[in-house]
Amino acid sequence: MTTKLFGEPVRRREDPRLLTGRGLYLDDLAPGALQAAFVRSPHAHARIRDIDVSAAIEVDGLVAIYTWEDLPGALAEPLPLLIPHPALTHGRTAYPLAREIVRHVGEPVVMVVARDRYLAEDACALIEVDYEILKPVVGVEEAAQSAQLVHADVPGNVGAHLVQEVPSTAGLGAREAIDAAPHTLAFRLDIERSASMPLEGRGVHARWDADDRSLRVHSSTQTSTSVRMAIAAKLGLPLPKVEVVAPDVGGGFGVKIVHPWPEEILVPWAAITLGREVKWTEDRREHFVSSAHERAQVQSVRVGFDDEGRILGLDVEILHDHGAYTPYGIIVPIITSTQLLGPYKIGAYRVEFSSIYTNTVQVTPYRGAGRPQAVFCMERTMDHIAEHLGIDRTAVRAANFVQPDEFPYDQGLIFQDGRPLIYDSGDYPESLRLLKELIGWDDFPGLKARAAAEGRAIGIGIGCYVEGTGVGPYEGGHVQITSDGRVHVSTGLTSQGQGHETVFAQIAAAELGVPLERVSVVTGDTRRFGYAVGTFASRAAVMSGNAIALACRKVKEKALRIAAEALEADPRDLEIVDGEVRVVGAPGSAIPLATVAVLSNPLRYAFDAEAARATQFAGASSFDRPPVAEGEEPGLEGRDYYSPIRSTFASGMHAAIVETDPLTAEIRILRYAVVHDCGNLINPMIVEGQIHGGVAQGVGGALYEKMVYDGHGQLLNASFMDFLMPYATEVPFVETAHLQTPSPLNPLGIKGAGEAGVIPVSAVIASAIEDAEGIRIDRMPISPSDLFDLRRAAPGRSTAGT
Amino acid sequence: MKPPPFEYHAPRSLGEALDALAGAGEHGKVLAGGQSLIPLLNMRLVAPAHLVDINRLAELAAVDVEPGGVRVGALARHAAVERSGEVAAAQPLLRQALRLVAHPVIRNRGTVVGSLAHADPAAELPAVLALLKGSIRLARPGAVRDVAAEDFFTGPLESAMDPGELAVSAFFPAPPPRSGTAFREVARRHGDYALAGIAALVALDDEERITSATVACVSLGPVPVLVDVTEAVGHRPPESADWASAARAVQDRIEPEADIHATAAYRRHLAGVLTEQALRDAAREAVGA
Ligand SMILES: Cc1cc2nc3c(=O)[nH]c(=O)nc-3n(C[C@H](O)[C@H](O)[C@H](O)COP(=O)(O)OP(=O)(O)OC[C@H]3O[C@@H](n4cnc5c(N)ncnc54)[C@H](O)[C@@H]3O)c2cc1C
Repeated sequence: MTTKLFGEPVRRREDPRLLTGRGLYLDDLAPGALQAAFVRSPHAHARIRDIDVSAAIEVDGLVAIYTWEDLPGALAEPLPLLIPHPALTHGRTAYPLAREIVRHVGEPVVMVVARDRYLAEDACALIEVDYEILKPVVGVEEAAQSAQLVHADVPGNVGAHLVQEVPSTAGLGAREAIDAAPHTLAFRLDIERSASMPLEGRGVHARWDADDRSLRVHSSTQTSTSVRMAIAAKLGLPLPKVEVVAPDVGGGFGVKIVHPWPEEILVPWAAITLGREVKWTEDRREHFVSSAHERAQVQSVRVGFDDEGRILGLDVEILHDHGAYTPYGIIVPIITSTQLLGPYKIGAYRVEFSSIYTNTVQVTPYRGAGRPQAVFCMERTMDHIAEHLGIDRTAVRAANFVQPDEFPYDQGLIFQDGRPLIYDSGDYPESLRLLKELIGWDDFPGLKARAAAEGRAIGIGIGCYVEGTGVGPYEGGHVQITSDGRVHVSTGLTSQGQGHETVFAQIAAAELGVPLERVSVVTGDTRRFGYAVGTFASRAAVMSGNAIALACRKVKEKALRIAAEALEADPRDLEIVDGEVRVVGAPGSAIPLATVAVLSNPLRYAFDAEAARATQFAGASSFDRPPVAEGEEPGLEGRDYYSPIRSTFASGMHAAIVETDPLTAEIRILRYAVVHDCGNLINPMIVEGQIHGGVAQGVGGALYEKMVYDGHGQLLNASFMDFLMPYATEVPFVETAHLQTPSPLNPLGIKGAGEAGVIPVSAVIASAIEDAEGIRIDRMPISPSDLFDLRRAAPGRSTAGT
Repeated sequence: MKPPPFEYHAPRSLGEALDALAGAGEHGKVLAGGQSLIPLLNMRLVAPAHLVDINRLAELAAVDVEPGGVRVGALARHAAVERSGEVAAAQPLLRQALRLVAHPVIRNRGTVVGSLAHADPAAELPAVLALLKGSIRLARPGAVRDVAAEDFFTGPLESAMDPGELAVSAFFPAPPPRSGTAFREVARRHGDYALAGIAALVALDDEERITSATVACVSLGPVPVLVDVTEAVGHRPPESADWASAARAVQDRIEPEADIHATAAYRRHLAGVLTEQALRDAAREAVGA
C-alpha cells in the first residue's frame, strides 16, 4: 500500500447525505409516476376460481388491472430458479401473478395501477377473488409427514435431499465413529423463523422511452446487473436497451439478492404497456408476507467424543423449512451443512438435510445465511460435551480447533460456491485467548458466586464460527482519471449502506496515491458497469475491493508510463504522491495526474486550456509512432476483474454475560464481547459498525424475533407491533477486538465482514442462559415466557416468587 | 398501507368540533395524537367516513392542577403531562405511569385522553384512571357528562362513550394523605405495551398502618382490573404486611389470556410478582409521604 489510507478509520462519506435526509431511496424517485398495488392471497393454500374486478373499475384514477391471464410470453412462465443444484430434484418457483393456485398468504394475485397508491389500494379492496380453500401445510415436521402437498407434483413435500459425508482418517463413517466413541450424546435443536427486515422494503420504478425504445429501471436490489438480465430476458428486450440502477438502498440483508421479484418484471412491463412511468413501493405488511424469511430448522444431532471432548464423529440431520418456493435453490441448507464445522477438526462428519415445502413465505438467505443455525448446532454440541465431561466449555473448543500451522485446511466438503471447503488462514487459539481476556472468562466463576450471594443469577456463554466469505464467481472495477484530476471508480455490485463509497475510495486513493476527496465511487449502476454478480455472502470488499485495486494498478502503470515519457524518466523511478507523479528523490520534477490524463488522450479539438496541451499542433513526442501507440487505448482508465479460486474464510468468537431475573424470567445481556478476524482491515471503524449491526440482529434472533404462523398458515405477527426487533435499548454495548490473519488468496489480503456479527449470537446467548439457569436451552429464540415454562418443567426446580 | 377515503374536518373551535362529530355520528372518529388511530387507518382496520381533527383546539391542551386533583385536557400530550413538576407533585402516579408509555417520540404526540378514549386494556393510563377512581368528561352539542372510570371501560377498545361524543378532559383525583403510588410492569422491549402491569395505591393511618391498598391491572383482563387488597395485606405496618396474600388475591381475580408473547400462566405469575413489588414500592412512598 502506498499511503496510509488503507486501514484507517476514515469517516463514512455517505453518512452526511444519508443522515440529513438527502439520500435518494426508491420511493423518493419519480413522485409523479403511476403507482402499483397488489391484491395478495389472504389464504395459505387455495385455488382461484374467479376474479371479479367490476367494482374496482369504477375507482376514479384507476389505470389498469392485470391478472396472470394478461401476462404475455415469458412473463407468464414461472420465475427463474436462480441456483439449480442436482440435489434440488423438485425445485419450484412462483408465477409473477398467481396462476390457479396460491401457496402462501401474501402471494400476488392481481396487479393494480392507478394515479396514486391510495387509489390503487382502494381498487384492490374492491376486487373480489373467489377462492376454493385447500388444506394448508404448516410446520416443517408436519409437512415432512403430511399427506397434504404444497405442490401436487412434489411427493412428501421434499424439494431437495442431500447427504454429505467425510469419513475419519481411519476410514470410519460418522455413524461408526460415534458408535465406537467412549462417549455419545443425542439431542434435538430448534430454530425459529425470522427475516431480513430492511428499514426500506423492496421497490421498483420503471420508465420506458418510446422514442429510444429503451427501459430504465430503478430497483431497491442487491444485484442490478442480474435484475437487468432477467428483465431483458422476461420482456424480450435487447440487453443494451435495458439499464438498471440501484439508488440508495435502505438495507438488504439478503432479501434483495433474490430476483427478479414479481414486481421487478411486472412494473417495467406495465410501464412499457401503458407508456407511463410506474412505481411500486413495498409496504411493511407486504414485506412480511410477500418477500422472504429465513432460519427455521429442526436439527437432530448425534455426537461421539473422547475424554478430552475431541469429537470423533458427528451426525446431523436437518429438516429445513423452505416455505412455498425455492427461487434461491438450496443455498441456505448447504451453508448450514458445510459451515457447521466451524473452527473445528471433526473426526468423521455426516450431514443430511431435507428441504421441505410448507404453505408459508419462501425461505432465502438472510444475513448469516444458514450459519446461525449451523453455529447453534455446533456450539450447543460443544457445550453439551463440556457439561457431560464436567470440563470447561472453552477447553472442549480448544481441544477441537484447527491449529494455525494446519492451513490451508481442507474440510472435505463442497461449499456453497460448488468449490471445496478449504480454510485459507486463521488463528483460532489466539482468537480464543483474546476473547477470554476480553470478557474475563477465567474470573467469571467468582463473579457468578458473588451475584448468587445477592440473589442474582448470571451466566456466561461463548460461540465460535468460521464464515466463508467473498464467494465468486467474480466482480470487476473500472477506474478513470479525468483531465480535471478526478478519479471515478465504479463497480457493478450494489450498496445497501455498508460504506462502500468510503472503503472503495480508500482502496483507490491508496493504490493511486491521490487524496481521498478526489475519488468518487459509483456502485450498482449498469450504465457505469455492466458485469457483476451482486452484494451478498460478505463479498463486496473482497470481490470489488480487489477488482478495484487491480484496476487501479493498471491505471497507475499507464500513468507512470505516460509520465515517464513527459518527464524523460524511467517509470521505475516514479511514484505518485498527492495526485502528482514524481521522480523519487527529485523534488521539482513532477507532473499532476490531471496532466497525465490530458496527455493520455490525443485530441484534435481543445475544449479548455488543459486540453490544448494534447492537441495536434502542441508538439508530438515522436513522428514515428501513431498518436495512440499500438496496444494502447486513449484515456487514463483501466478495468479489471477479480475472480478467486475459492472463498476466503473469516472467523470470530463471541462471549456474553447475561442475567436472568429469578422472579420475572426477564433476560438481560450485561456484557457482549467479540473477537473478529477478517484479515487485513480496510477500515476498522466500518468493520466494527458491521459487527455491531450484526450483533443487534443476532440479539433479535436470540431473544425477540420469530415469525408466528398459526395452523391455517396465517402469519400472526405481520407488523412491527408484534414482530419484535430489538430497539437500541435492547442491544448491549459491543466490546470488540480484532485479529488480522491476512488471506493468502487475494491481493489485499482481506476477508468479508458483513455478516459475521449475527452468526453466533443465538448460540452465545443460549450458552449464557444455560449457564445462569442450569436448564438446557435447545430452542431459540427464547422469551421470558418461554424461560418461565422451562423453569416450571425443570425437574427439582420450583419457581421462585409467587 | 394507505387509509381508505374519508372526509377530513379541521374545526377551529370546540363548538365546531362537536357539531362535526354530531353530524358524523357513527361514521365519525376523533383524531388526536394519531399514534393509535393512524396505524389502524393505514391497515384499513377502521374506515370512518369522517375524521375530526382536534389538533387545532388549543383550548383543549390545558393541564390544570386543582385542589382535588389533576384535570387533563383532550389535547394535552403524554410528554407535557409527564414533564410537569406540578402534576407530579399533585398526582405522582401520572409520571410513574407515563414513563412506561411507549417512547419519547410517541409521547410527544400521543394524548392522555386519547389513550383513555382508545380503552386498550394493555395501556397504562386506563389503569391509572381506574385506580384513582377518576372520571372522563364527555361532550356533545349542548350536553356534558362525567363518566366514572369504573363505568367508562366496558371492554377491549370499548367504552361508554357514545358515537358523536368528544372526550374533552379527564380528571385524576389527588391521592389521599399519607399514601403512596407505584407502577410496575414487564414489557418485551423497553416502551412496549406491558405483558402485565400493576398500578398500586397504599394509604396509611397516623400509626403508619395500612388503611387501604388497591391495585389496578394492565393486560390482565378485558378492562383495567381494580382489586382492593386491603383485607389481604392486613391492617398492619408495611414491614409486616402480607404482600403474598395480596398477590394471590389479584391472581384469583384476573383473567389473563395467552398471545404470541406470553402464556396466560406466565401473565398470572407476573401479576403476582408485580403486585408484591408495586405494593411494596407504594407503601415505601407512603411512609415517606
Ligand atoms: C410504537 C407505539 C408504542 C406504544 N406503546 C404504548 C404503551 O406502551 N402504552 C400505552 O398506553 N400506549 C402506547 N401507545 C399508544 C399511545 O399511547 C397512543 O398515543 C394512545 O393510545 C392514543 O392517543 P392518541 O392521542 O395518539 O390517540 P389517537 O390515535 O388519535 O386516537 C385513538 C383512538 O381514540 C379516539 N380518541 C382520541 N381522542 C379522543 C377524544 N378526545 N375524544 C373521543 N375519542 C378520542 C380516536 O378516535 C381513536 O379511536 C403506543 C403507540 C405506538 C405507536
